[in-house]
Amino acid sequence: MATQTLPGVLVTTDWVAQHATDAAVRVVEVDVDTTSYDQGHVPGAAGWNWTTELCDTLVRDIIPANKLEELLGKTGIDNKTAIVLYGDNNNWFAAWAFWQLKIYGHQDVRIMDGGRKKWLAEGRDLSTDRPSFPATTYKAPAPDLSLRAFLPEVQQAVAGKKAALVDVRSPQEFTGEILAPPGLPETCQRGGHIPGAKSIPWGKNCNEDGTFKSFDELKALYAAQGITGDQPVIAYCRIGERSSLTWFTMKHLLGFKDVRNYDGSWTEWGNLVGAPVEKP
Amino acid sequence: MKPEEHSRRQQELAGWPVMIETYKLGDVYHCAIANVDPGARFARADGATREEAESRAIEKATRYLAQTRKFEV
Repeated sequence: MATQTLPGVLVTTDWVAQHATDAAVRVVEVDVDTTSYDQGHVPGAAGWNWTTELCDTLVRDIIPANKLEELLGKTGIDNKTAIVLYGDNNNWFAAWAFWQLKIYGHQDVRIMDGGRKKWLAEGRDLSTDRPSFPATTYKAPAPDLSLRAFLPEVQQAVAGKKAALVDVRSPQEFTGEILAPPGLPETCQRGGHIPGAKSIPWGKNCNEDGTFKSFDELKALYAAQGITGDQPVIAYCRIGERSSLTWFTMKHLLGFKDVRNYDGSWTEWGNLVGAPVEKP
Repeated sequence: MKPEEHSRRQQELAGWPVMIETYKLGDVYHCAIANVDPGARFARADGATREEAESRAIEKATRYLAQTRKFEV
């Protein structure tokens, strides 16, 4: 599929079934629902909890370097390990982990196309064992913050039109009809979207089986909204995980040069006093 | 272990379309419910039977969905 720009960034469920226990490969499940891993996972896969292990648990931030080093070390990952990520919700938080691993410069990170959904639908083996791994010493390089957008850059994008904004939330969130996805807690004071943002819901990146659409389909999807990769792009959602998937699509499947994920997203913008909001 | 009796179906709960996914692993039935748009899992439950797992998950999902407000736009 869409690996014309960077071959190897996606792997199939078949590939994972054959290579999950290779010494040079570490498969890791990262789910929105942090209990999913215990309901059965790819045999040999580790499980990471995004609420405690892939963030700073004191201040709102991505995982600090020392904590990432500790996490990778105890997962038996060294700087040359191929990390294969997958998870529920078509890989939302797998993409979140991918984005953070790229910020910290891990070379070989891949996503299992279709994620947990496809693995289950294919009736493949599941395990409830939590594997243990020989500890390694991992050294993370300085973070590459060119992959991340902070509030001032988003404000500049709004004011100066120097970057395109892509809102990947649902149309109902984009218009402000709802403040959070149905069934989830409301985490913002205002509904709507950042002025000038284009609505390209994350789900449009995927096929019904959870796999990513083809390169040509994705290129057409973004081009239809004027997103061609010729100018910087900032993607956002509510807390930054859905937009990680869109960031992955634009950066690693379409090969756009300057793509940032605004992980502050709507929980920052929609709570900010005086921030301009566009509706619908 | 192979998951057994895997099923996915869409239905409406509390006025919202949801996807209900259930499978059996070993002796336990696992049920998870996701909103259709944007597709986030937000309720799950286990049970000794499919009916038990699904009814528990549906009860939770219905309660959570009832808290989702709609605004005029």
